[in-house]
Amino acid sequence: MVAATGSALAFPLLSMLVFIPAVGALAVTLMPRRRPEYAKLTAAVASVATGALTVWATQAFDTADDGFQFVSRHPWIEAWGISWHLGVDGISLFLVLLTGLLFPLAILGIDPHNDDPARDKPYFAWLLLLEAGVMGSFISLDLFLFFVFFEIVLVPMYFLIGGWGYEGRVYAATKFFLYTMVGSAFMLVSILATVFIARNNGLGYVTFDLVELANEAEFAASTGRWLFFGFAVAFAVKVPVFPLHTWLPDAHTQAPTAGSVVLAGVMLKLGTYGMLRFGLYLFPEAAYWSRYLWLTLATIGIIYGAIAATMQKDLKRLVAYSSVAHLGFIVLGTFAFTTQAITGSVIQMVNHGVSTGALFLMVGMIYERRHTRQIAELNGIQKVAPIFAAAFMVVMLSSIGVPGLNGFVGEFLVLIGSFATARWWVVIAATGVILAALYLLWAYQRVFHGEPDEENATFRELRWGEAMVILPFLAAIFFAGLYPKPMLDRIEPAVDALVERVAEHTDFEIPTPTIAGEDDR
Amino acid sequence: MIAQSTIADYVAPGVDWFALSPYLVPAAGALVLMVVGALTPTWPRGLYAAFTAACAVGAGVLSLFVWDDITDGAPGTLVAGALSHDTFAHLVALTVLVATALVALVTDGTLRGTSGDGPEMYALMLVAAVGAMVMGAANDLIVLFLGLETLSLALYVMAASDRRRTASGEAGLKYFVLGGFASAFLLYGIALLYGAARSTNIGEIVEYFQTSVPTERNDALVLAGVALLVVGLGFKVAAVPFHVWSPDVYQGAPSNVTAFMASVGKAGAVAAMARVLIVALPFHRDDWRPVIWVLAVASLVVGSLLAVVQTDVKRMLAYSSVSHAGFLLVGIEAAGHRAGEDAAGSGLQSVLVYLALYGVLVVGSFGVITVVSAARGGSSDLASFDGLAQRRPVLALAMTVFLLAQAGVPLTSGFVAKWGVIQAAVDERSYAVAIIAMVAAVIAAFLYLRIMVSMWLKPADNDDAVAVPGLTAVAVGIAVAVTIAVGVYPQWLLDATDVVSQYAR
Repeated sequence: MVAATGSALAFPLLSMLVFIPAVGALAVTLMPRRRPEYAKLTAAVASVATGALTVWATQAFDTADDGFQFVSRHPWIEAWGISWHLGVDGISLFLVLLTGLLFPLAILGIDPHNDDPARDKPYFAWLLLLEAGVMGSFISLDLFLFFVFFEIVLVPMYFLIGGWGYEGRVYAATKFFLYTMVGSAFMLVSILATVFIARNNGLGYVTFDLVELANEAEFAASTGRWLFFGFAVAFAVKVPVFPLHTWLPDAHTQAPTAGSVVLAGVMLKLGTYGMLRFGLYLFPEAAYWSRYLWLTLATIGIIYGAIAATMQKDLKRLVAYSSVAHLGFIVLGTFAFTTQAITGSVIQMVNHGVSTGALFLMVGMIYERRHTRQIAELNGIQKVAPIFAAAFMVVMLSSIGVPGLNGFVGEFLVLIGSFATARWWVVIAATGVILAALYLLWAYQRVFHGEPDEENATFRELRWGEAMVILPFLAAIFFAGLYPKPMLDRIEPAVDALVERVAEHTDFEIPTPTIAGEDDR
Repeated sequence: MIAQSTIADYVAPGVDWFALSPYLVPAAGALVLMVVGALTPTWPRGLYAAFTAACAVGAGVLSLFVWDDITDGAPGTLVAGALSHDTFAHLVALTVLVATALVALVTDGTLRGTSGDGPEMYALMLVAAVGAMVMGAANDLIVLFLGLETLSLALYVMAASDRRRTASGEAGLKYFVLGGFASAFLLYGIALLYGAARSTNIGEIVEYFQTSVPTERNDALVLAGVALLVVGLGFKVAAVPFHVWSPDVYQGAPSNVTAFMASVGKAGAVAAMARVLIVALPFHRDDWRPVIWVLAVASLVVGSLLAVVQTDVKRMLAYSSVSHAGFLLVGIEAAGHRAGEDAAGSGLQSVLVYLALYGVLVVGSFGVITVVSAARGGSSDLASFDGLAQRRPVLALAMTVFLLAQAGVPLTSGFVAKWGVIQAAVDERSYAVAIIAMVAAVIAAFLYLRIMVSMWLKPADNDDAVAVPGLTAVAVGIAVAVTIAVGVYPQWLLDATDVVSQYAR
């Protein structure tokens, strides 16, 4: 997987993906305080431009190439062997696209409800900075650069939750910041240790370049395992993997709608993406060696998240716990090490972003109308707002994983791909799919069915503006569910290469697709 | 050797005035302030501060020229081996001078128009700066002690300078008593080391240990001396368990003086510690390194934990500065692994860069605190920061930059500083201390978040007009610019300071 540029670009596409939102954030900050309306305009322009570039990148992506494309590489801090090295492959491409599309929707479509228009300025500046950070994390091919972006996203998210969230926001924001930072503390030491140990074992010089480290450095098994765990702790907190998930329900519930959408949509994927990019790719031996741990934690997460979601009284908290379950599937697929399973994981990362993002968006709309998120206080909404209910239904079914919608593709690939290598975990995890149907349909029933009481009788139907925000989500849900081929074409080559890399460095044998029962005992 | 020399044999050492100019300019500036200031009526419009800052900046420029000379030629010693003529000394000097200039600007905002305004404070500041610079440059333990006392005595007076508040006098007295105690330890340590190595000159001490056969060495004397030196310097650095004076003194002293103590005082003390341990005692590195390890871990953990439970912002930053001292000690510990070897690693460089960046940061932080607490009649309670973002958004933003930098968030100078130290530690396989340091940084981050929450997320409980004097704004602005510029593009600083490990003795 040596960096090969798919198309030799004079235009620094990936650098622009980071710079446009960053410059946008700066422009919004420097804007005169008396004209807050320009803040939103600038933010919209910057995020739409970024989104357009990601769409173009997806279209121009070379499906035959399993390496990094659109690579841009410049020395940054030469004294420490650090470079500005960016690139996308099939694993990160759709996460970049998701980031590029989610932010314009969040910026244009979600009203932050600022009483004071002067507060628009910091709100949009933080959102743009967040976009730059998330984008950077997904395209960094340098450990230092990745760490910088991975850490920098905490700051805008902290202020978004703390400044625009609900009643328990300060507690939630602080918890979110500190949890993630503890994980990062281990990762930072691990990054440095990786670099210095690589220098001493074969590489001969200090570099933070991911591709060089992966190709040149040899780690003894025990060393690699320690290093891997340093990284894995940071990612496990971010995902979050059970039992490190406790920050998530608080942060999700207390965050403003745009914050929840971004948090669920793309920020959690920093963890699962990191597992693939810096876990499996850099330390295949250690990842393979520790697979049972992750499979078990993932399975516990699936079941636990589902049960906890069932018990929630707060609709937003329910969606938050459903994230724990869904991300369990992604981790399960990641550590099953088959092409199908990992491809499923990558697709599921995108799907979860779309479905859960849309769920948070609609829960936000319910809160705007009713000023409550308590399931017990909501009823009969379908009667008064049928279109809203229908849209919610589709999003919910996609989250459950009903065939024909996007959620099915990812979950099915994860389960079928993992069956060959992690049979018993899959058997247990599959019950999670049923539990998902249970808690979501039950919630739907309580909130939307029945006769609306006085308070809910005035529930406003979906407005055009809101529909315009929901529509792209629905389009993505149907498109990915009915015609996933363009996604699979782009994801699979990179995943294949990754799986082969794992097989090369371990005694893992890639299971050959067989007719059912042939090699069963 | 000393006994044999007589007055007749005495040859006056050559004095390289140019190489000494960075030390002489602030000293001369202090004299001018004292003499001319005493003979003339009060100078108008911040001229004292401007003059002080000009002295510091002028000395800094001279220091850069000298730096250039050293990198073109070779490091050496000055005045018959009393002072080192190396980039180590001049990086410390630059740190001290930049911090002095910034503190002078902040001080003007505090003092102008009050009864405390006058040349004395500024003269003391310049004298203290010379002391700190000499500590960083000392090539003789007696010179080092002279520098330390010059710095400390000036600081005692400065801490007690706010005669309107009893807390200030208390801080000065406390600092004086405990500081004197520490000086005694240090002096005893120097004496014991002299007893063993037969010299106080660092070059001669190293030569002695290089040439003497182990059985000739008086190891008990040396070890006792090293222990006492570490205690004495540990006090000055404010490392746990020698930190108890620092919260009270930081809180009691006027904020601008606290800024000076935290930047210049710490720079001098840590530089002296690095001089003594790394430059003078590389042969005992395996003896002092575990001690430094323990001090580092204790400072990191205790400093961070106690910082979190404080309710006064100055006390918070006092404990956080204990935690920062822990980080600096991590760097010294890392440098200790290969002290004295040709390939010594980047430990020393990381410590000195950390000092330089932290110095600017902490002056900026205390600059903001000075302004905010002035609006509250000198109280620096956390509540006085409530809703600062609504009242003074730019000031709150500047403070946020400093706090994020102290927490070590990327794209700020604080991250570059921490990264350097942790990198040096990991390079020496001190994984445990690196992880402890990072986790302590997370604990400390909670404290910075508390201040940020107070500024941004709490409603203003009062409408005290926070007035930002012009020169203070300049100082804070410079500090923010440095913090971000170095955070985004640290390459030049790392390249330039790469040479500090080639020290002279």
